[in-house]
Amino acid sequence: MIDPIFLAEAAVNGILLGGVLALLALGLNLIFGVLDIVWIAYVDLVMLSMYLVYFLVMVYGWPIWLGALAGVGLGVVLGVLVHVLIITPILDSPPINQLLATGGLLFFIQSFATFLWTTDHRSVRLTLPIIEVGGMFLSFARLVAFGLAILAMVGLYLFLTRTYIGTAIRAVSQDRGAMALMGADPQRVYIVTSAVGGAMAGVAAALLSIQYSVHPHFGAAFGPITFMICVLGGLGNMVGAFIAAFIMSEIISVGGVLWSTEMGYVIAFALFIVMMFARPGGILARRQ
Amino acid sequence: MLTVTGLTKRFGGFTALNDVSFEVGEGEILGLIGPNGSGKTTAFNCISGALAPTAGSIRFLGKELAGVTPDVVCHRGLARTFQIPRPFRKLSILENVAVAAHYGTDRAGSEASARVRATKILEMVGLPADPAAPTTLLGAGGLKKLELARALATGPRLLLADESLGGLDPAEMATAADMLRRVRGELGVTIVWVEHIMATLTRVVDRVVVLDHGEKIAEGRPLDVAADPRVIEAYLGEPIVLT
Repeated sequence: MIDPIFLAEAAVNGILLGGVLALLALGLNLIFGVLDIVWIAYVDLVMLSMYLVYFLVMVYGWPIWLGALAGVGLGVVLGVLVHVLIITPILDSPPINQLLATGGLLFFIQSFATFLWTTDHRSVRLTLPIIEVGGMFLSFARLVAFGLAILAMVGLYLFLTRTYIGTAIRAVSQDRGAMALMGADPQRVYIVTSAVGGAMAGVAAALLSIQYSVHPHFGAAFGPITFMICVLGGLGNMVGAFIAAFIMSEIISVGGVLWSTEMGYVIAFALFIVMMFARPGGILARRQ
Repeated sequence: MLTVTGLTKRFGGFTALNDVSFEVGEGEILGLIGPNGSGKTTAFNCISGALAPTAGSIRFLGKELAGVTPDVVCHRGLARTFQIPRPFRKLSILENVAVAAHYGTDRAGSEASARVRATKILEMVGLPADPAAPTTLLGAGGLKKLELARALATGPRLLLADESLGGLDPAEMATAADMLRRVRGELGVTIVWVEHIMATLTRVVDRVVVLDHGEKIAEGRPLDVAADPRVIEAYLGEPIVLT
């Protein structure tokens, strides 16, 4: 029998992991909602920002907060570059071509990262304490990452609801054509969306880099779970993705303690497949 | 103000519009009528920039419109409504109109001014300007009003109104016809109105252009056009009752 305290610890860790996963899923979902394109290489952009944080902090000795800000900046630049160089030319192509193009980018980034930085795992070493709360041992890095992820998501929410460009982004995600008739240049809305999606990737990179080591296949570790969360929440549905992130992270975390980490993922993916039959439109979709 | 010359639009082998020419003068309300499939909406789509014409020219305020993207058409002062309203359903009523006011006109203007203008327009068309009121409150008539409010919020000089009265009951229809008259009177907006219901239209418009099978078959004052044998024939021989 497993000590209940371990289960409680796993549940709390699940929530903490869910924060960062939700951030990743919201960034990806934001872009999908507006452009109808899934950036398959999204988590690989996160990986590039993680490398930047690693090199700036560990090799060039920058303070972590400055390295993190640079990571966010790189995320914005990468988001805009992906849109301008890869998405813009294929915006009107069939979805399968768009999927293949961003999929191609994934392999390009992975291979290039392996070439440049080898397959070594590199981690940002910070001496962060482990905190004991009522018998549970929680990592301070995870708590900080969770808090900042929630802050970033609140920021995203305010941006989307309180600014005109945010309102235009929500409008375009519902009707691409009509917003142009109201005088908004669609290309500008797309670029801002990609920049914000890239910024979310950058924030996630900074938060992940204090918990995990980075390697060229980092995208393969976090990419599939991010897509699963987006689909489970309903592609383009921000609230759905937020909830789905915590469902998935709890299954992985608690399942990991009850059986093994691998088994946690197996259960999560199995649930995903079942849900695809039961609720193909996502957990919040109304039944037809 | 708007000069359409030799406008032609083909979809593959099908000619939706063939060599259509007409003019709209400043301050005028022009009715564009014709049976189903006569090319009215295609003409609208070409003028508003949603479709690129196959041939012909569309000059608005002295500048060519053919091939210009919809956002630029909007900034030049031309707005349109849709036959089937296309509100942003997940945005509130006020947000729908405010975002149009912001992007349609003075983008450099303060954030508040777009909201103030949106509120005024909502009051004018008779919709709640409560920031939280969702679009789900609105029925068919309300959605048409929202569609009109959104188009007006972009600050147009010319409004293309696509079958604004379809799906309304007679009382709503009369209110809506009165509304278009107020839009011209109070905001000084020139209007091209595509409409099926001739009786309502003739009370408001100064002039009508009649399309049939993509060609212009008549043009003139409503009473003269309604008596034109070619127009009567196009409407399947039904006599056109004017009130």
